[in-house]
Amino acid sequence: MEILFRRTRELERQIDEYLDFVVQGGLVYRSAVEHYLDERTNDFGNRLNEIERLESKADELRREIETRLYMETLLPESRGDVLGLLESIDRVINRCEESLQDFSVEQPTFLPELIDDFRELVVETVSCIDSMIMAARAYFRDPKAVRDHIARVRYHEQESDKIGEKIRRGVFASTLQLAEKIHHRDFAMRIDHIADAAEDVCDRLAIANIKRSL
Amino acid sequence: MIWFFLLSGLFLGWSLGANDAANIFGTAVGTRMVRFKTAAIVASIFVVLGAVIGGAGTTHTLGKLGAVNALAGSFTVALSAALTVTWMTRLSLPVSTSQAIVGAIIGWNLFTGTPTDFSSLVAILGTWVICPILSAIFAVILYGLMRIWVSNTQTHLLGIDVRTRIALIIAGALGSWALGANNIANVMGVFVPAFSLRKAALMPGLHLTIAQQLFLLGALAIGVGIFTYSRKTMQTVGRSIFKLTPLAALVVVLSETIVLFLFASEGLERWLALHGLPTLPLVPISSSQAAVGAVLGIGLAKGARGVNFKVLRSIAWGWVTTPVVAAVLCYVTLFFAQNVFEQQVVRQESYEVSPEILTHLQQEGFATLNLPELMGHQFTSARDFRKALFLWQGLRAERSMHGIFDASRIHLTYVDSTLAKAALPQEGFTSEELQGIYALHGRSFRHDWQLDDALAATSTAWQPRSGRGAEVLNKQLRRKAARLHQLFEIQERGTTYRDIGQQQTH
Repeated sequence: MEILFRRTRELERQIDEYLDFVVQGGLVYRSAVEHYLDERTNDFGNRLNEIERLESKADELRREIETRLYMETLLPESRGDVLGLLESIDRVINRCEESLQDFSVEQPTFLPELIDDFRELVVETVSCIDSMIMAARAYFRDPKAVRDHIARVRYHEQESDKIGEKIRRGVFASTLQLAEKIHHRDFAMRIDHIADAAEDVCDRLAIANIKRSL
Repeated sequence: MIWFFLLSGLFLGWSLGANDAANIFGTAVGTRMVRFKTAAIVASIFVVLGAVIGGAGTTHTLGKLGAVNALAGSFTVALSAALTVTWMTRLSLPVSTSQAIVGAIIGWNLFTGTPTDFSSLVAILGTWVICPILSAIFAVILYGLMRIWVSNTQTHLLGIDVRTRIALIIAGALGSWALGANNIANVMGVFVPAFSLRKAALMPGLHLTIAQQLFLLGALAIGVGIFTYSRKTMQTVGRSIFKLTPLAALVVVLSETIVLFLFASEGLERWLALHGLPTLPLVPISSSQAAVGAVLGIGLAKGARGVNFKVLRSIAWGWVTTPVVAAVLCYVTLFFAQNVFEQQVVRQESYEVSPEILTHLQQEGFATLNLPELMGHQFTSARDFRKALFLWQGLRAERSMHGIFDASRIHLTYVDSTLAKAALPQEGFTSEELQGIYALHGRSFRHDWQLDDALAATSTAWQPRSGRGAEVLNKQLRRKAARLHQLFEIQERGTTYRDIGQQQTH
């Protein structure tokens, strides 16, 4: 009997590991943005390297999971949902990495009065990622809890939308050059898009969870 | 020639394998939870085991409905049933081998003038109605239990997947067993009386009764049907008819298995009877209707959304059309088999009315109103006897016809203890029962009931029981007595039992 379960246990472990990478990615992202806002360039650079490493590991693992799901014809009915879920989660960590690269390349300078808002925006976005991962884990092990986690994701996404709007209004009410205003707006929106991507994952999860019930 | 006659049964077995195995493994294969090869191997092995080990119960019921006693008759009955199934499937009409074979047997009864046993017919018809309802009830219960398990378990989705696969294979194996035990009677049941009369041993040295050897052949035909033709039906059943999740598919297979098992298991019947519970008739049922019943049950458990109630109408329509088509087709085919191909489709049997028979019938509680008018007459065919009974008794005779036929049939037997010692000990006869048989050595009988009465008089083991579980024990006793009627039969035509008896004692 043990032999029958061994293969799937290994795959369960890989899925958990993949989700761990995404959670770590979120934490690294928050810490990197904070370092940037605190002007600790070296620490920011280290975090950027770290998230690139995590993203590439997560990609590799995701491909392996997808191949195994197909090769071993596991979860024939919900395989499509699981693959879609993993790919949409991948988009979240990709956006984190892209956002940090934008910081590194474009070196934006933020208005001092908006820095706390940016910090708050990142905190809400990363909370969104955390709750999204909890929802994804619940989809695999505890479908009853998925709904609660999705509700949390939606709450944090709305909060980040509000903060994003606040930043945009603040920027456009200031005396900055239009180019700087647009630069501020773009960075706020790119961070907010990470929360949007997490919400997209949850929309998929909600449907997949209904399909998962008998 | 024997093999040629068996062909129609094997054809019926093949079509049963091609169609009905899909009801067991279709959802599992269609949802790609189980590979076709695995499903086909498991289904074939367990259909064979179920048929050989547990196929006797439903065969007995079909045999009571009408004992087709000539090989050409059995061939025609099975052929008509197979043709009905094939033809109706081509027309996309709901069809089941169980219903086709019952119709064909009634067609044989009508053609040969043999009375239909009304109690068996009512039991069979009742079962057809009850079967999808019972299956739906089991599905609702199992679905509820499964839902509780799924929402409370912390098992990983992949773990559930593996468990569901294992459960689908186990349930499929049990379902195949139950299908073999329940439906083998459809395939080979009509050949059993005819073959037993010939005392043919197809595989000497193997401890299988003649019926079991026939079941093995029929089950192998089912296996061939599964391997050669069920892949397509399995995929159709799994994908287009039932759009179910693998767990719901498991509920369907389990409900279907329970229902097939309930109507096939002699062990369960015995257990229920011994515990004073009502028993279920052992009747071949339609696995497709059990499956559809289970799917409807799941639909109802989900709040009756998307339940296609038209399916119910098509099931009910199948109860009527299939047996009628099979009966008519069988009647016509028998006519051709007998008159054009000059085949013996019924064994000629003689009937008589004597004072002893009248007394026996009265003791058994049958109405014998005008029967004394027939006293002293001998009838050389069932048809003639039936006509005479109608003439003197009118329609009142119809209900008691089966009993009167049984009592009046001339069936010469001579009890030979040497024959009994050679054949019976390995067939499950107890030593007390055997002693009763040996005590009658050298005696001859004109009617089967006379042998039964003589046995009851010599040994308490042969006396009908009363009280808890009596019905099942008496059924076994009747089956053993029927075996003796075959074993001790005097086959030579034109000689009386006394002549034979004297020849053998000298």
